[in-house]
Amino acid sequence: MQSSDKLVIGGVELESRLFIGTGKYPDDALIPAVCEASASQVITVAMRRVDKGGSGVMGHIPPSMRLLPNTSGARSAEEAVRLARLARAAGCGNWIKIEVISDTRYLLPDGYETAKATEILAREGFTVLPYINPDLYVARACVDAGAAAVMPLGAPIGTNRGLRTKEMLAVLIEEIDLPVVVDAGIGRPSHACEAMEMGADACLVNTGIASSSDPVVMAGAFRRAVEAGRAAFLAGAGAVQTGKAIASSPLTGFLR
Amino acid sequence: MNDPILNDHPILADTFAPGEEHFDEYLKLWPRERREELASRATAADVRAALRKDVLHPEDFLALLSPAARPFLEDMAQRSREITLRFFGRAVNIFSPLYISDVCTNHCRYCGFNADNHQKRRHLSVDEAAAEAFALADAGIQHVLLLTGDARKVSSPQYIAEVAARIKPRFASVSVEVYSLTLEEYHLLMQNGVDSMTMFQETYNRELYEWLHPAGPKHDYLWRLNTPGRAAKAGLHGVGVGALLGLDEFIHDAFCTGLHAWWLQKHFPGTDIGLSVPRMCPHEGAFEVKHEVDDRTFVQYVAALRCFLPRCGITVSSRESADMRNHLVPIGVNRVSAGVSTAVGGRVVNAENSGQFDISDRRSVEQMTRDLAALGYQAVAKDWEGCDR
Amino acid sequence: MRIIINGENEEIQEGITLLELISGRGLDPRTVVAELNRNIIAGEDFAAVRLNPDDSLELLHFVGGG
Repeated sequence: MQSSDKLVIGGVELESRLFIGTGKYPDDALIPAVCEASASQVITVAMRRVDKGGSGVMGHIPPSMRLLPNTSGARSAEEAVRLARLARAAGCGNWIKIEVISDTRYLLPDGYETAKATEILAREGFTVLPYINPDLYVARACVDAGAAAVMPLGAPIGTNRGLRTKEMLAVLIEEIDLPVVVDAGIGRPSHACEAMEMGADACLVNTGIASSSDPVVMAGAFRRAVEAGRAAFLAGAGAVQTGKAIASSPLTGFLR
Repeated sequence: MNDPILNDHPILADTFAPGEEHFDEYLKLWPRERREELASRATAADVRAALRKDVLHPEDFLALLSPAARPFLEDMAQRSREITLRFFGRAVNIFSPLYISDVCTNHCRYCGFNADNHQKRRHLSVDEAAAEAFALADAGIQHVLLLTGDARKVSSPQYIAEVAARIKPRFASVSVEVYSLTLEEYHLLMQNGVDSMTMFQETYNRELYEWLHPAGPKHDYLWRLNTPGRAAKAGLHGVGVGALLGLDEFIHDAFCTGLHAWWLQKHFPGTDIGLSVPRMCPHEGAFEVKHEVDDRTFVQYVAALRCFLPRCGITVSSRESADMRNHLVPIGVNRVSAGVSTAVGGRVVNAENSGQFDISDRRSVEQMTRDLAALGYQAVAKDWEGCDR
Repeated sequence: MRIIINGENEEIQEGITLLELISGRGLDPRTVVAELNRNIIAGEDFAAVRLNPDDSLELLHFVGGG
């Protein structure tokens, strides 16, 4: 791959197009090895009240990783803004993944509240990555609100079902001039590869790695899948038989 | 330039907010040399790749316009047909142009309405214009396109607005193809029932443009180039662009036309962007057509536009023959004019002069409807109507 | 004196600083974010902020998440 093929988000150049999460590991002590095997440079964390004696996850995250705190738990723009400001106070940079979910049954993001939070936080100087349904209008609202990238879902959180929203993702990839990071639903390396082949700028994978029987090996598999998909996208797809021959009569036969 | 009308050009600051991109700024990313180089470097593989894509980018469009695409004309036509069927089905919108004034202060070297052409001029009163329009409505036309020359003292925005307001009750859609207006003037027309506009850039070659339009308000290249964007910003439902093929080398004006429509769609996703593909006949009056576009290239142009801009309406005027138009409908054209006269008056009011250009296809609305049916297409008189009157 | 910590009423020693409270709970002050009566307290101010009766304190830190 060309070494100049960098992903730029909020003015930061990234070599790796795989973002990873820190949730749901059998043991948080696996995280450093997962970071290394994935070659990822961006890692998500959540923010919660401390438990007595609880140590949190920071001790397991290599200092070279860029932290992307999320606002999970927020049910409104206001709560997301509050969590984002707290996350920034932790002194780990100004990146924030906006996640506003008020429907606990399907865990789908609330586009309206997300765009509102994006606007407030972008104005406060955050590098905002909103997690959204792949809806063109919501994505545009986030662009107008000052987002640094958009993070559309490939399938509902935790389903690992792959790119169920493929047609809509394709619209966003085509129409949104910001980086498109496919988040949620990517359960297997082939899903990540497919997203990258389509032209997504990056993928965020958490459950797909953390819930594997061997997260470290799976992290390496995702790294190679994302790289392969990106290379394929840059190379341009070859011909695929569509299963349909040209049947109609010549349209240009009338020309001499 | 002592003519008081000529000195009437509104030199106005453009009405875009700071930070808003104008098309002329975007076009700078595509200088002539870059277009030339990419077009000459395009290969058969590039053309095949472009024909496989769901979403084409400007580079793909350029490949389809390039000489490398010539052997793929039938494949392009098939692809264009398939896309057109998916987005427009078997329906073709018919409309009619209505020339209400040919008084013109411009000196466009190629135009029958050129101010140096001392033919008798005709400017319809609002009553006369309405009578002509109602004759079209009686013939079954629901979409009417009002045209004037460029003489804002005679055919003022107020006059055009008055005609529009008068005829609107009989039409689903009233569009205009007149001189460049300001944002406020487009608002005035919209308040009076106009929903769409068309503005031909003629050529995107600035030097050539300025030579072709040596005097008169139309001389200002940038003002005209940014007019469709201004009209879209004003909130018109439909905005159409087009280059007059034959003025500059085909590849340049063809590419810039598609690029203009593509840029408008990106910046004004709520606007219905349309394309027209006027082509000069080899001998148009005394004007020598330097870069004649042959039929094969013309079909290549329509098919390439359709592949690049699947959802844009494509209009082919009665400059083209009935035979050409009949063949272009299945390939990708979804708007045609019918019952056309390019002279002012002529239906109810007496016409006293020749038209702006020679019509090749003189079919009436009724005849056009029959011919489209024979091709397997329905003529749709009313494609759209605003509901906020 | 009683204050509310993370939604729970707790009895704490009169007049202690935020830093003393955090350290006393076995937490690493570098990884904890504090919000006192809805105002974020910067880490470098932990030592300077004294707690008062009926304060409402939120102590948060980063945990695993996607």
